[in-house]
Amino acid sequence: MHELSIALGIVDIAEKETKKANKNKVEFIELEIGTLAGIEFDSLDFVWPSAVKDTVLEHAEKRINIIEGEAKCGDCHHIFKVKYFYDSCPKCNSFLKSIIKGKELRVKYLEVS
Amino acid sequence: MCGTCGCGSEKNGVIIQNPSEVEAHGHHHHDGHSHSHEHTHDHHHHDHDHPHSHNYDHHHKTVIDLEQDILQHNDVMASRNKGYFEAKNIFALNLVSSPGSGKTSILERTLTDLKNEKIFYVIEGDQQTLNDANRINALGIPVIQINTGKGCHLESDMVYEAVKKLNIKDHSILMIENVGNLVCPSMFHLGENKRVVIISTTEGEDKPIKYPDMFHTSDICIINKIDLLPYLNIDIKKLKSYALQVNSKLKFFEVSATTGEGMEAWYQWLKEN
Repeated sequence: MHELSIALGIVDIAEKETKKANKNKVEFIELEIGTLAGIEFDSLDFVWPSAVKDTVLEHAEKRINIIEGEAKCGDCHHIFKVKYFYDSCPKCNSFLKSIIKGKELRVKYLEVS
Repeated sequence: MCGTCGCGSEKNGVIIQNPSEVEAHGHHHHDGHSHSHEHTHDHHHHDHDHPHSHNYDHHHKTVIDLEQDILQHNDVMASRNKGYFEAKNIFALNLVSSPGSGKTSILERTLTDLKNEKIFYVIEGDQQTLNDANRINALGIPVIQINTGKGCHLESDMVYEAVKKLNIKDHSILMIENVGNLVCPSMFHLGENKRVVIISTTEGEDKPIKYPDMFHTSDICIINKIDLLPYLNIDIKKLKSYALQVNSKLKFFEVSATTGEGMEAWYQWLKEN
């Protein structure tokens, strides 16, 4: 359940940024998480309430932008969507690839008041 | 991020210690004396800012465009570890696997066979007990045990604290045995040179695609317990091809920590690096 670690990491970031801006709470938080980032979205939702309790994020609205995985084929350089790390290139069937999108895991944006 | 493991609470906090410390103090390892490590970040559970301390709030919304990586703190601390390892020419390995695949047995065998040729240090990660550290300590190798409490993986700041306690000599090999878990440790860099995923023949050939993140982020794959192959219905070729689908750069070693079969190739690789 590393999602709890991640949620507490988000809380840390939100606490620091809110303090830096001399504000009291976060109204809105936008996260960017790729489908290959290793995050189970249901697990993150499950731990969220307990992670944010008594913090600046307690009453914040949260939005997650899910970024679909994308890879570049190592053999034919075709760029294609990947759902799993073991997906092969739809053009040449090669498994050689570099992931170019989908590993994002970041706090994009905060609205504090 | 240490909050995962309930850091600061007496029962579930992270504890970093070596077996001799425990003997010297003669008390149970849950004792408060071992909480000597500092945290470089705020403890959100009991140290958060109270709203009334900010009087100049006018209920105006401020927008902060942040674009900050959530794992930034872990990555920064991992880079610190990495820099330290590089400066001292320490070769650091992060050993990951599901529980029971034989990480500690491979370590024991490796240390026993190579301890006269190479200088080794070990960091053991487990939720509870000093059992693994005691096994390594019995071989005369300096070891620190990290007990993560409720935590399911090691994080770079825990390794940072453990490394400080180890006083590692230059030109040595540091083995970091992660918490047995084929999911969570994959996201947390510790500053290692190479990540070694261990899978045993009893686990089934499709583990690499069932738990792709771990295989995707590893450099080396050790297939352990090959002495059991005659009794099992597993196709090693298939296992390897699944693993290569997830990560085409993986290098394999097939070993038995029990009989010693195949260990020589692994030793050769260790010595070359």
